Amino acid sequence: MATIRAKAFKYGDDINTDYIISGKYKFKSTDMEAMAVHAMEDLDPHYYEKVKPEGGILVAGKNFGMGSSREQAPLVLIHSNTKAVLAKSFARIFFRNAINTGLPVVECDTDRIDDGDELEIDLEGGVVRDLTKGIEIPFAPLPPVMAQLLADGGLVEHFKKHGGFAL
Amino acid sequence: MVAIPGKTIAEKILSAHSGTDAHAGDIVVADVDFVMGQDGTSPLAIRALERMGVDRVFDPAKVALVIDHSAPSPLEGVSALHTVMREFGKRTGATVYDIGCGVCHQLIPENGHVVPGDLMVGCDSHTCTYGALNVFSTGVGSTDGAAAMASGKLWFKVPETMRVTYTGELKPGVFSKDLILYLAGQIGADGATYMALEFDGPVIEALSVDARMTISNMAIEVGAKAGLMRADAKTLAWYEGRGERKPNPVDPDPDARYAREIEIDASSVGPQVAKPHSVDNVSPVEEVEGTPIQQGYLGTCTNGRLEDLAIAASILKGRRVHPDVRFIVAPASRRILLDAIEAGYVQTLVEAGAALVTPGCGPCVGTHNGVPSDGENVISTANRNFKGRMGNSNAFIYLGSPATVAASVIEGKITDPRRYLG
Repeated sequence: MATIRAKAFKYGDDINTDYIISGKYKFKSTDMEAMAVHAMEDLDPHYYEKVKPEGGILVAGKNFGMGSSREQAPLVLIHSNTKAVLAKSFARIFFRNAINTGLPVVECDTDRIDDGDELEIDLEGGVVRDLTKGIEIPFAPLPPVMAQLLADGGLVEHFKKHGGFAL
Repeated sequence: MVAIPGKTIAEKILSAHSGTDAHAGDIVVADVDFVMGQDGTSPLAIRALERMGVDRVFDPAKVALVIDHSAPSPLEGVSALHTVMREFGKRTGATVYDIGCGVCHQLIPENGHVVPGDLMVGCDSHTCTYGALNVFSTGVGSTDGAAAMASGKLWFKVPETMRVTYTGELKPGVFSKDLILYLAGQIGADGATYMALEFDGPVIEALSVDARMTISNMAIEVGAKAGLMRADAKTLAWYEGRGERKPNPVDPDPDARYAREIEIDASSVGPQVAKPHSVDNVSPVEEVEGTPIQQGYLGTCTNGRLEDLAIAASILKGRRVHPDVRFIVAPASRRILLDAIEAGYVQTLVEAGAALVTPGCGPCVGTHNGVPSDGENVISTANRNFKGRMGNSNAFIYLGSPATVAASVIEGKITDPRRYLG
């Protein structure tokens, strides 16, 4: 899990959780595999079919995951084979939900990454390598509390392991 | 000697609930006074609790699940999720507010579950609404909610605070909704990300509690974690007869340190409209006047309270909704519906042509009760106008105050409510 390699799928700023999974689907079911087909649908109707076969890294601008607190958002990304999300900044509820559910999220400068670039994320080393362009983009590590939750496999696993918060 | 700066409301509440001397940037594990989930988020929280191996809640009196987002159920899949919630309530003793009770963000304060000085989390992003009641309340995801239901605790990063002071006075035809839309237009959808907001000033003091809740409700639309206000005599009066818990008001220290301070002269703010497809795409109503609309919506956790219904009724009294417009009204709770019946607002609105639906969230989140058609424009009192938000990504949503919505449904086009004063 320390290194993630996949193709970039690039989108813009302020992508809200309604775009990631529309309310009209998320209230119907908790079957994430079925719901993942609709991931990012209102923004890109072909997201699922593009990303699912070989996996991808979702790359965005600022304020990714704004809006609703729906945890279905990181879950449908995971189930659509999205390996990680890179963005210039994240909305806070989405960021927490991603860590809690085990979706790696990295805050870094995404301006130089283009759609289709081959990326490698070294989570421990704190660097994104754009293999297509031959550039390295550094990023700050997660705050220790979040790094520990991610290392434990998410918040549920943390609770099972420690019987409550052990932060 | 280095002077230790005072604390913001957020720092004080998080200090008191974590037993630490907490300042912005610190991470604390704090005791929560209440935990809430709704029908879009509770099923995943219940599943997370099952995975944790937990089959109880830390205190049944401090947990509530609200069936409001798809209520009454429009589909069998939704019905199954509602059953999961009802069974969880029976098993654990947590309160379940079933269909018809209303929107979670009205029910939690209305029933006295939170009081000034509290810390609470809800599995819904608009949990920030109770900041208007001096509660540090914030939205979290289902797994965070499950952890809080299980343990009565959650970890928090103590936020920096942006202070927003509204000076001057509100002009006729201008409402608290216009003030918060104006702020969103000024600072943008990520203008306060990771921060708490503190709203203050003479304009806030002059507002009713209902109107204040509209402002705190939309703190999340600029990315904020909380939208806090001081508790004053109006706040305390509002709590009369709403349960036995005693308020513990928390004021900011005079020398509290703020990350940013903004002053807005409310006297210069007119009616505002957020245009498709983002809440910060705001302009004065004059710039969008005349845009044809096919649907109007009055309700939601933003503007479904008694005062909002009163404002709309005062404009629609003796008038008719335009024949080409569907006007949907959803009071935010059963209590509000009853009060609005008694006050005659329901009669006025329904006589004018409104379609009254069950207290709940429905149209705002696109689950049912008013999905617009392709190419249609909607004017709504809700808090979000994202593409597809109301269930159709080919529709266009404009946001305004209850007065702007009421004036617009009469004319069949976006209308400056100041035309209908007096």
